[in-house]
Amino acid sequence: MATAAEQWVLVEMVQALYEAPAYHLILEGILILWIIRLLFSKTYKLQERSDLTIKEKEELIEEWQPEPLVSPVSKDHPALNYNIVSGPPSHNIVVNGKECVNFASFNFLGLLDNPRVKAAALASLKKYGVGTCGPRGFYGTFDVHLDLEERLAKFMKTEEAIIYSYGFSTIASAIPAYSKRGDIVFVDRAACFAIQKGLQASRSDIKLFKHNDVADLERLLKEQEIEDQKNPRKARVTRRFIVVEGLYMNTGTICPLPELVKLKYKYKARIFLEESLSFGVLGEHGRGVTEHYGISIDDIDLISANMENALASIGGFCCGRSFVIDHQRLSGQGYCFSASLPPLLAAAAIEALNIMEENPGIFAVLKKKCQQIHRALQGISGLKVVGESFSPAFHLQLEESTGSREKDVKLLQEIVNQCMSRSIALTQARYLEKEEKCLPPPSIRVVVTVEQTEEELERAASTIKEVAQAVLL
Amino acid sequence: MRPEPGGCCCRRPARANGCVANGEVRNGYVRSSSAAAAAAAAAAAAGQIHHVTENGGLYKRPFNEAFEETPMLVAVLTYVGYGVLTLFGYLRDFLRHWRIEKCHHATEREEQKDFVSLYQDFENFYTRNLYMRIRDNWNRPICSVPGAKVDIMERQSHDYNWSFKYTGNIIKGVINMGSYNYLGFARNTGSCQEAAARILEEYGAGVCSTRQEIGNLDKHEELEKLVARFLGVEAAMTYGMGFATNSMNIPALVGKGCLILSDELNHASLVLGARLSGATIRIFKHNNMQSLEKLLKDAIVYGQPRTRRPWKKILILVEGIYSMEGSIVRLPEVIALKKKYKAYLYLDEAHSIGALGPTGRGVVDYFGLNPEDVDVMMGTFTKSFGASGGYIGGKKELIDYLRTHSHSAVYATSLSPPVVEQIITSMKCIMGQDGTSLGKECVQQLAENTRYFRRRLKEMGFIIYGNEDSPVVPLMLYMPAKIGAFGREMLKRNIGVVVVGFPATPIIESRARFCLSAAHTKEILDTALKEIDEVGDLLQLKYSRHRLVPLLDRPFDETTYEETED
Repeated sequence: MATAAEQWVLVEMVQALYEAPAYHLILEGILILWIIRLLFSKTYKLQERSDLTIKEKEELIEEWQPEPLVSPVSKDHPALNYNIVSGPPSHNIVVNGKECVNFASFNFLGLLDNPRVKAAALASLKKYGVGTCGPRGFYGTFDVHLDLEERLAKFMKTEEAIIYSYGFSTIASAIPAYSKRGDIVFVDRAACFAIQKGLQASRSDIKLFKHNDVADLERLLKEQEIEDQKNPRKARVTRRFIVVEGLYMNTGTICPLPELVKLKYKYKARIFLEESLSFGVLGEHGRGVTEHYGISIDDIDLISANMENALASIGGFCCGRSFVIDHQRLSGQGYCFSASLPPLLAAAAIEALNIMEENPGIFAVLKKKCQQIHRALQGISGLKVVGESFSPAFHLQLEESTGSREKDVKLLQEIVNQCMSRSIALTQARYLEKEEKCLPPPSIRVVVTVEQTEEELERAASTIKEVAQAVLL
Repeated sequence: MRPEPGGCCCRRPARANGCVANGEVRNGYVRSSSAAAAAAAAAAAAGQIHHVTENGGLYKRPFNEAFEETPMLVAVLTYVGYGVLTLFGYLRDFLRHWRIEKCHHATEREEQKDFVSLYQDFENFYTRNLYMRIRDNWNRPICSVPGAKVDIMERQSHDYNWSFKYTGNIIKGVINMGSYNYLGFARNTGSCQEAAARILEEYGAGVCSTRQEIGNLDKHEELEKLVARFLGVEAAMTYGMGFATNSMNIPALVGKGCLILSDELNHASLVLGARLSGATIRIFKHNNMQSLEKLLKDAIVYGQPRTRRPWKKILILVEGIYSMEGSIVRLPEVIALKKKYKAYLYLDEAHSIGALGPTGRGVVDYFGLNPEDVDVMMGTFTKSFGASGGYIGGKKELIDYLRTHSHSAVYATSLSPPVVEQIITSMKCIMGQDGTSLGKECVQQLAENTRYFRRRLKEMGFIIYGNEDSPVVPLMLYMPAKIGAFGREMLKRNIGVVVVGFPATPIIESRARFCLSAAHTKEILDTALKEIDEVGDLLQLKYSRHRLVPLLDRPFDETTYEETED
């Protein structure tokens, strides 16, 4: 029965074959051949495609066009054409051929053309020549360097001080000497560029807090504390630092140090203090922001400042306890790997310290002058004064931005230029706009020095007022 | 084991073998003269086969650079030395921990004992237990001009170098083999000093402002024009510190998406600048052109890792003279590679400017090349010019860009005026613009001193690294105990030398370094050589077996290069 049915099916199939049209058969035949061909053809290799032949590589190399090394700078770029100062940049300064009163150089104590400082530098020049021809480690340590370090330590009432040959490199080298990958640094948003570079070099975790906002800092510290509780093993080796400036270069404001010290002990974070503007300015003896607030200098782990402002020399220094400072002698990159400070500049700094120690009244005079011009500059329509009344460097910002930074800069430059033509030398605070972490608004930076007389301060204030009104209205 | 010093037969193969360093056929860079000697030497050194072809090549002068292999026994003993030191270090740390040995180092404040420790313990192990033993060899304070002879303040330590006391005595007239006073411009008399003094009285010491604000003095402009003329470039810009010239300008030139190819022995400032730039950094073997070419080729062919985009630009960072190896960059080959692969070249001439070349214009002058082929010419004024600071020279577009974008121009105080004047007068002297041939004589004197000093040391049987024209002369000490011994013995004999060990060098390659100066007279050099010879015998430092290994034959592992991405 089953075989019969099978046979019948076969017969039917043969019959269907006969009945099918010829084109159908041909098509199926082709399809069968196609399948056989696919089955036996060489397998497709992925590998083959990705290996480049030498020729292809050469073509790629030929093809590659790099970007130009630098992009062209337009001829009227605001920073391309520098002011040219002929002669010494002291109290009376000749800028682009025009004699002005200097309200732009950080020569707070007027020590730049002090005859005593010059004489000391000259004596040193006659003894040692100009350069040191070596880093500190390799016969680049002069007796003057040791003297200066000792004097700075004594002046600041710390155990030890270390000098660098460049102000910028001081804090930028000091931070990465201590803070390493994995450590945490809490830093004020307004921190200056040298601090930013130091932080970048350290590769630490950076937490920015709002400018001078202790509550915001505490919030971050608390967050970190919670984080630490989750991973106590990691927390045991994670160093914490708070990096602040005494007087902020970018804002002219003072840091709330007493509160910061409290937070330091509460959350066990070390404080690094940058005092380039406040050293030789604040406090009864010019010791800076610690003296201003009456805080023991031992509560601050490291103080750094440059000698290019109040001391009117070149270079910078760090001071603190030997336990902290001595480490930089092998780990501070700008200290180990750079030629040491020319002895004549160290000698100038020592003499400047002498003068500061002999005339402690000078700081009160400076403060009075700061307050005078600060008061006189209030109430200019269109311009606001930013910074403490006792800060010798403060900013004039536009009350209302025009909306574009470029236009703001142009307006302020116009004010600067007109002041300059009326014998008041001013400058805008310059920034690298693309590089700054938190770019401050454009501003004119006014610098007060003890050499400026009351009349000059009054004249400067009234000139700025008149010019601003003419330009802005 | 050690051959007798001074034998002429020992010397010849040594020199010739050095030449073979150029005889690398693949790139076809070959020294034209004395090819026969090179071939003979190659044949003599049976183990190494070098194909020497004479095709003119890129080098216009012989390029003799050699690094003798560390003898096996010395290497083993050096490691044993470090082993013993480390064991004793642990032992003494143990004793200090249990207060059996007195602790000299400064400690944390009591109030901050519960803070996270400021230092990692192993970080200081080396300092505490190895460096401290021989610390008296560094930071020796001087109290005179760092000229050919120098006065050193005597100091003593009563607590094994943890602290120093100055005795008040001055060791006078120590022969100075340590300062980078290549052309002898570190002087406190003469025209440079007088000019600097005049400017100091007129301008004062500092500037109190940045270049972009109000610290751009006429003196700076004058200096920059002179530097550009000196270098033979369109324009130049100067900065207050050599170290910062690198670390604050490289970030202005390259950034994310760019590639930096850096020699493994580049100075810390170049490394820092490269890191701060945010570009990817790849390291090639020291002065090894095969390694550089491979990196260049791979970089262009494969593009950036992960994103596979092509690199925006490639910057090669090299130095003119490497301050620890005494080697001179193979600039003609680097320039050929840079042109072939369209990369940019950043040349740091910190040690070579003034010190190399028939007219003292640095390594470009030495090889007789065109300064325009180097995109960024960087150098310092600290060394040959006896001043301080640094410069960058190049095309006008480059300098315009740096004037507007350099970190240094915006945020750092400009060069001190008396320092500027020192540079101007010394540079004019080298250029012969002061109406004398003094500068030219200095350059020649330095070259003569270099050759003489290097030749004599080799004859004595020391292992000397580097190029025969390099005024930086490293003498290999190897063993850690000999670092301290050599430094002290030399000072005892009234010669100040620089000794360096780990981490400035590889762990077993501790060395002493001499820096020659045009101020060194033949008598001074002969005295120094006599003493070095004696100390060399005393400490058994004459390791050389006169089997020089050309640079290219140093082991080159294609797969090992670091990649850093920040």
